[in-house]
Amino acid sequence: MSVLLIAEHNNKEVKPFTLNAITAASQIDQDLHVLLIGSKVDDVAKSLSEVPLVKKVLHIDHEIYENYIAENYTAAILKHADKYSHIICSANTFGKNLMPRVAALLDISQVSDIIKVISPDTFLRPIYAGNAFATVKSNDERKCVTIRPTSFEAAETTGGSAEIEKIDAADQTENTKFINREEIKSDRPELGTARIVISGGRGLQSGENFKLITDVADKLNAAIGASRAAVDAGYITNEHQVGQTGKVVVPDLYIAVGISGAIQHLAGMKESKVIVAINKDGEAPIFSVADYGLEADLFEALPQFLEELNKLNTIQK
Amino acid sequence: MKILVAVKRVIDYNVQIRIKDDGSGVVTDNVKMSTNPPDDNAIEEAVKIKESGKATEIIAVTVGEEKAQETVRKALAVGADRGIHVKVDGTIEPLAVSKILKKIVEKENPDLVFMGKQAIDDDCNQTGQMLAAHLNWPQATFASKIEVNDKSLQVTREVDEGLETIEVNTPAIVTCDLRLNEPRYASLPNIMKAKKKPIEQINASDLGVDTNPRIEHIKIEEPPKRKAGIKVASVEELVQKLKNEAKVI
Repeated sequence: MSVLLIAEHNNKEVKPFTLNAITAASQIDQDLHVLLIGSKVDDVAKSLSEVPLVKKVLHIDHEIYENYIAENYTAAILKHADKYSHIICSANTFGKNLMPRVAALLDISQVSDIIKVISPDTFLRPIYAGNAFATVKSNDERKCVTIRPTSFEAAETTGGSAEIEKIDAADQTENTKFINREEIKSDRPELGTARIVISGGRGLQSGENFKLITDVADKLNAAIGASRAAVDAGYITNEHQVGQTGKVVVPDLYIAVGISGAIQHLAGMKESKVIVAINKDGEAPIFSVADYGLEADLFEALPQFLEELNKLNTIQK
Repeated sequence: MKILVAVKRVIDYNVQIRIKDDGSGVVTDNVKMSTNPPDDNAIEEAVKIKESGKATEIIAVTVGEEKAQETVRKALAVGADRGIHVKVDGTIEPLAVSKILKKIVEKENPDLVFMGKQAIDDDCNQTGQMLAAHLNWPQATFASKIEVNDKSLQVTREVDEGLETIEVNTPAIVTCDLRLNEPRYASLPNIMKAKKKPIEQINASDLGVDTNPRIEHIKIEEPPKRKAGIKVASVEELVQKLKNEAKVI
């Protein structure tokens, strides 16, 4: 039996995490089909068909899928689910919203947020904010699995030529209506996939002071993250939150500034390759995960940091 | 309008968990337990809606062992009117919880069901969506703002890209984000009053729901430890280390 991956996209292009989920799905079974549900998404279907790991693209195109509504997606997925051993998608807000609805209707106990495929029925997943790893075996005949995207490499996007099969839409729900999405456009790299992330916490003391973070981010071509405390205090908007209930990031370099390092924040960043902590409290728990800790007042350290980076002048966009 | 709020008892969010030596699970004996944090937001939102005159009754429900009742009692102390405790021992997965909650919904006929978006122990993030599926109700997950209208809700959801607003007709399920509101503390008089509020006890086995786990926990282990880092004395040293040692800039 093949596996079915649900693609995330914005009707123009595939979202990057879908490529990480494709890698994970192909480790479960190489006969990987991707289900694309959208409106006027011929281009997206084509780009998915060029992903070498993808064996077939199922393409449902209808205006009712212009905006992503879990109820509508679920109805479409259920029409085809019985042909597959696994239904898979990424464990970001897209997949977290969608997969349990599908799993419940298939009477499958979902395996959420896996970080490793051990075998087609056994997976590794973090629990308790990543403070424990659980090896779990699903005894359901078929599985619903969500993938932690940052734990798998992104799949190659060129060289493949999978068949694209157009299939019919399902019924539309009357009970849920999309109103709008406030998407903050930015030229910076996306938080989830950036090579460098610099995050600010309560130590920044105000939204204006986040400029100190922004300046360094511009220099390093880094994404900007934040602790929950900084988001709660209104210093910065929610899509920047890193942590157990925010985003999980695994950059090459994570710089935590004015962040004390609550368990819930560490859950979102402690797998980063190199971690830097800048905090004036030498006892702050963030230092316990930092490769390089600098005990200093961030209001002095950040401008100096920028100055030193300017001296290097080797940063490439 | 009647609101059902589901709450879960978990290891307190401030506790550094310990893993049992035999790898069979996490130590819970003599560990501080409390209500799953976003479930507190769910209760708070229901109480606010009732205070605004738009809801008439709030029922708090939990599914779990004997002591899980404490979370219902806490919900009663901050404003829920009555409680339901569905008793079940041992591990219970979100799929089974959602089937139990469906039975409770059929019995109580609420217009809204609220709960936290995710439990901080198993981090599954499933129950609300699964309940919505079983009931064929609309779902509004990860809510950071709820506007209650006559026969619908307008819900702002926290999504990866920012904020999204949807409208769902009632009855509906809402799963709550931590930023939805600031949960209140129970006052001492209200804690006393809550002791007199009724909690109905139901055995899960009487509801005809199969609660046997479908997922086997083969092993629970510590995540790999990070190598101990160093403290640097100055910004100059930090930048030199990042460039020459870690080679990340």
